[in-house]
Amino acid sequence: MAGEPLLRLDKLSTHYIAGGGLRVVRAVDEVSLSVNAGETLGIVGESGSGKSTLALTIMRVLPMAAKIVGGHMWFEGEDLVQKTDAEMREIRGKRIAMVLQDPMASLNPLFSIGNQIAEPIRVHERVSRASAWERARGLLKAVRIPSPETRVKQFPHEMSGGMRQRIVGAIGMSCEPRLLIADEPTTSLDLTIQAQYLNLLRDLQREHGLALIFITHNLGIVAKMCDQLAVMYAGRLVEAGPVSRIFNAPEHPYTQALLNSIPRMGERDQRLTAIAGQPPDLSALPPGCAFAQRCPQAFHRCRSEAPPVLHPRPDHTLRCWLSVDAPAERPRVLAGAAAV
Amino acid sequence: MGRYITRRAGYCLLSLFLLSLTIFFFVRVTGDPAALLVEPGASAEDIAAIHHQFGLDRPLWVQYGLFMWTLFHGDLGQSFYYQTPVFDLYMSRLPNSLMLAAVAMIFSLIVGIPSGILASVRVGRFWDSAGKMFALLGLSLPSFWVGLVLILVFSVYLKWLPSSGAGTPLHLLMPAFALGWYFAAAHMRLTRSSMLDVLGSEYIKLARLKGLPEALVIAKHAFKNALIPVITLAGINLVIMVNVAVVVETVFAWPGIGRLLYEGITFRDFPVVQGVVLLGGAMIVLVNLLVDILYATIDPRIRLER
Repeated sequence: MAGEPLLRLDKLSTHYIAGGGLRVVRAVDEVSLSVNAGETLGIVGESGSGKSTLALTIMRVLPMAAKIVGGHMWFEGEDLVQKTDAEMREIRGKRIAMVLQDPMASLNPLFSIGNQIAEPIRVHERVSRASAWERARGLLKAVRIPSPETRVKQFPHEMSGGMRQRIVGAIGMSCEPRLLIADEPTTSLDLTIQAQYLNLLRDLQREHGLALIFITHNLGIVAKMCDQLAVMYAGRLVEAGPVSRIFNAPEHPYTQALLNSIPRMGERDQRLTAIAGQPPDLSALPPGCAFAQRCPQAFHRCRSEAPPVLHPRPDHTLRCWLSVDAPAERPRVLAGAAAV
Repeated sequence: MGRYITRRAGYCLLSLFLLSLTIFFFVRVTGDPAALLVEPGASAEDIAAIHHQFGLDRPLWVQYGLFMWTLFHGDLGQSFYYQTPVFDLYMSRLPNSLMLAAVAMIFSLIVGIPSGILASVRVGRFWDSAGKMFALLGLSLPSFWVGLVLILVFSVYLKWLPSSGAGTPLHLLMPAFALGWYFAAAHMRLTRSSMLDVLGSEYIKLARLKGLPEALVIAKHAFKNALIPVITLAGINLVIMVNVAVVVETVFAWPGIGRLLYEGITFRDFPVVQGVVLLGGAMIVLVNLLVDILYATIDPRIRLER
C-alpha cells in the first residue's frame, strides 16, 4: 500500500486534567500509528490502557476534563486536531463513524429505529425525510434485520441485544464513512451472535472498502478480524505491526505476556499464565518504562529512562529497551529486587 | 393500553375510599361544631337539638354509612355554617382557585424549564449559579412572607397592584408569583438534574458521534427524555397548587378553595372539610392517572408493561 495512510496519528497525547491541573492523567501518551484504506487495525490492551480515550480523541468527542495536549491526527491529508468544532461535526458520522460499547444504552428509547438511522443521513446529506427513511430500510436489510419494513417503525425496546447492536452498526454505516471505529462492539453479546456480527462487519468492510479500527481486549477477535495490531499499555503504544508477525513473534514482554494468557488449541497441558501485578496509576507514572514493574525481563535502564520508539522493521513499531541494549550489557534485576 | 388504564383506575378508587375513611374520622377529633354555633351559655337541650339536626347523635359508623350513601348519590352534604350544599360552595370557589393555579403553573414552567436546561448545559458557570440562587430562595422563603413583602412593595409603596381580592388580571399577578415561585424552583431543579442524567447517557454520546449539531442533541435527544419526570411533577403540582394555596389565598384574600377549607376548619364545618378534602383527593388521584396515561403515550416502553 503505497502513499499516505487513511489515518495517521503522530505523537498524539490526550490528558485528563482534574483538580485545576493538580492531577494529570496521561490517558493517551504520544501514540503514533496509522491505518490504511480498507485495512483493519486492532487495538488491544487492558481496561484503562487508554484505548477508548484514543477512539474518542479521534472522534473529538472527549469529556470536559479531557484535552488533546499534543500531536497530530492526519486524516485524508487534513489534521483533525486543528479542525474547528463545526468542521469536526461535518466529519463525524459522515467520514469517520464510531460504534459504542453498549448497544443497549446507545439507542435513544424515545425515537423509532428509522428515525435514528435516518438522522445522520438527513443532517449530513440534506436529503428528504422519505429518501432518508428509504436508505434506513436498505441499511436494516444490509445488516440482516428481517422484515425491515416493519422494524423501521419500531422502538429500541422491541429489539433483542444482537439486533440493537446491528442497528448501531447500521447507524455507523449510514453515511458510508471511510473509517469505522468499533469500541468493543461485541462485549455484551453471546458467542454465536458475536460471530454473526463480526462476519457482518467484515462483509460490510469488503463491500464498501472502509477501514476499521477494532478496539477490544479479545485477542481471538483480533486474530479473526485484523490485519494490523497495536498493543497499548498505560496510555502508550508498546508494540504495533502486522497481526501475523506479532502473534508469531511478539517482541515486547507485555505482548508476550498477553499472548501467553490466552488458551491455545492443542496445548492442552500447558497452564495459562496471568500477568502479575497491577497497571500503574496514570497520574503518577514511573520515570522509566510503564511496564517495568511487572516485566519479567526488566533491567536497571527500564526503570530510569523511558524506552524510545523503535522501528526494527519498516512495518513494526516497538517501545522497549530490550531490543536496544545487547543481551550482554543487561544487568538483570533479580526477582527479589524487583519487589523493592 | 386499555388494560393498563383499567388497572390504574382501580388503584385510584381504592385510594379515594381510604381517604374518605381517614378524613371522616379525623375531622371528628377536632371538637364539637355545636359549641361554635350556639350562644355562650346555651342549654344542653339546644346543643342536643343541633346534634340531632346534623345527625351527630348517631353512632359513628352509621354517620359514616350515611355519608358514603349520600356521596354515592353525588351529594356531599350541607354546610353546617352556610346551610347550603357543600358542592355548590365548592363550585363557586373552584374557578378562582383554578385560575390562580393555572397562572402560577404557567409562570413556573416558563421560568423553570428553560432555566433548568440552561443550568444543565452551563454546569458550574454563571447561569447555573444564578439559577441555584433563585431556586434556593424559592424553596426556602415561606409563601406568606413573600406575599406580605410583595404587598408592601407593589401595593403600599409603588401602588401598582391591588393588595387583595379578585376581579381583574392585575389581582392575579402577586398571588400567582407567591404561589408559583416555589414550584418554579422545583421544576427548575428537576429539569436540571434530569437533563444532566440524560446528557451523560450513551445515546447522547452516540448522537454527538453521528455529527448532529449540539442544538439538535439538546433539543431532540436530551430534552424529550429529560421532560418525562418534569411532566409527572408538574401534573401533580398543578393539583397540589389548587389544594395548598390556603396560605396564599388567605394573605391575598383570594376567594378560592384554600380559603373555603380554612373557614371549614375554623368553624368545625365537618361536611365542608370532608367535601373539600375528598374533592381535592379526587383531583390528585385523577391527575396522577392522567399523568400515567400521558407517560405511557410518550414512553413506548410503558405501554407494553403488564
